Amino acid sequence: MKEEAVLLEKNPEKKVEAREAVPCIMPDLRVQIGSLALRNPVMTASGTFGYAREFENLVNLDRLGGIIVKGISLHPKPGNPPPRIVETACGMLNAIGLENVGVDRFITGKMPYLRKLTTPVVVNILGDSVEEYSEIARKLDGAEGIAALEINISCPNVKKGGVAFGTVPEMAAKVTEAVRRSTTLPLIVKLSPNVTDIVVMARAVEDAGADAVSLINTLIGMSIDPITRRPRLANVIGGLSGPAIKPVALRMVWQVAQAVSLPVIGIGGITTAADALEFLLAGASAVQVGTANFYDPSAAESIVQGLTSYLQEQGEDCLVDIIGTLKTGTD
Amino acid sequence: MSEFQQKCSIIGRDRLAPDVFRLTLQAPKIAAEAQPGQFVMVRVIDGLDPLLRRPFSIHRSCADGSISLLFKVLGKGTAMLARRCVGDELDLVGPLGNGFDFSDERPVCLIGGGMGIAPLLFLAEQLHSTGRATEKDHILLGARTKDELTPLADEFSALGYTVQLATDDGSIGRKGFIPDLLGFVLPTVEQVYTCGPHLMMENVVRQCQQAEVHCQVSLETHMACGIGACLGCTVNGKRGLVRVCQQGPVFNADHLEWSLV
Repeated sequence: MKEEAVLLEKNPEKKVEAREAVPCIMPDLRVQIGSLALRNPVMTASGTFGYAREFENLVNLDRLGGIIVKGISLHPKPGNPPPRIVETACGMLNAIGLENVGVDRFITGKMPYLRKLTTPVVVNILGDSVEEYSEIARKLDGAEGIAALEINISCPNVKKGGVAFGTVPEMAAKVTEAVRRSTTLPLIVKLSPNVTDIVVMARAVEDAGADAVSLINTLIGMSIDPITRRPRLANVIGGLSGPAIKPVALRMVWQVAQAVSLPVIGIGGITTAADALEFLLAGASAVQVGTANFYDPSAAESIVQGLTSYLQEQGEDCLVDIIGTLKTGTD
Repeated sequence: MSEFQQKCSIIGRDRLAPDVFRLTLQAPKIAAEAQPGQFVMVRVIDGLDPLLRRPFSIHRSCADGSISLLFKVLGKGTAMLARRCVGDELDLVGPLGNGFDFSDERPVCLIGGGMGIAPLLFLAEQLHSTGRATEKDHILLGARTKDELTPLADEFSALGYTVQLATDDGSIGRKGFIPDLLGFVLPTVEQVYTCGPHLMMENVVRQCQQAEVHCQVSLETHMACGIGACLGCTVNGKRGLVRVCQQGPVFNADHLEWSLV
């Protein structure tokens, strides 16, 4: 494929001929995240897509590249008191507090449905200790139908554990190593943007055995009602997501993609195919659609369609050929 | 039960009061499935600010495939919605949530305040069209002023119901709080349906519990998705947190921890 691309580049006339000869050929959207093969690079982000079934009437789940389910802990978590969400300019703050059914009920109650889908299911895992992460990973390793794990070291809402794992490179490495020893599943580590240098975190988990990194999780934020003089979230602070954070996410993805050899999955405010393309050009091998699932359930499917159209218009046969092709300086 | 995401044309726009609007939309799939008490999530503009959809109770659902939404301009989202015109398209997801259970117990009392009246008209129409309405049913409606109340009250009256009103300024009906009228009604009804401001519903629920009359409440909260994924709309139930979008928006009042709702 590479050779052919080079040939076509040197001989633009031939490229036109080739395109005219096979005008209806569908571009190849497949991407590879380590050993995890995806039919297209558009996944749904953890915490924004429930356990997928919530969307079954609104989205053709089998058209997605991957589904990352709501973060799972060892034991069920009730989450934070309400109010848990507040809208902000082009974004939203949430302090859900990792409400989830726990790993055992996830396997017995949610996996039977997820197994029926043709789309790879990635399980986001979170814990209060290294041992908890390991134990969840072991339990999921034995459950059929899971394509990969995404280690959530970055949720800002839990006082114990979460923040430290996501902001201290040694801690992030420790968790990654422990989970690596507990499962043979591909491991994605989801990075927090609430650090001084995200590249340091990415390198730490790369060295510890991660197969990929996904970024960014939410940025910690806050909103106050001046009339009541109270914070709008019961938890006072929460995670900012949505289009408001896209430029920050894109910058971080670009920096990390240059610094590590692992596949990078871009997350942050992606709503349209154009948004997804920005991340792919910056070096992401895949993307996750998050908050957009809330305000436009059709977003992820539309992005898949939009990527196909873009590749056709650009005369590209394979999506992988555009990954990291950002032009800078005098390119 | 199934929900749909649909682009719906605005086919009617009425200004019932200076800041109260009723939009009627062509939404055949949603109208065909809608039950009183269910809601839709509306994207007020195609842009990114405001970002989230707004939940609105279904105010009316007609056999011609149209649904109506009633709203008061309170913030950025409703202000933008008020500026939309006949012929514009809105992106809707619905019908969502659990509606009112109106199977057996009669007679009933519907008590609504302000925009909380919206789902009660759909309920009243459904009770009427399915032959469940009785002469002993009561409709109690409250609002700030006559302007907000008159057009809606007339529609309940047109169905044959006896309607009692209260306004904050006394411009129509009794001057005061609509739950004050409930005391006279409670001994004669088996079931109360209520929707409105928090203080009003709290008062209604307390009276119903004292009189041992069943009460269903329709709650309104902020929510991002409306389909059970964001977990942002939880309130305190008697047995832990419940999601307004999925387990509600209509709840048996006894299942909620009312002091914490």
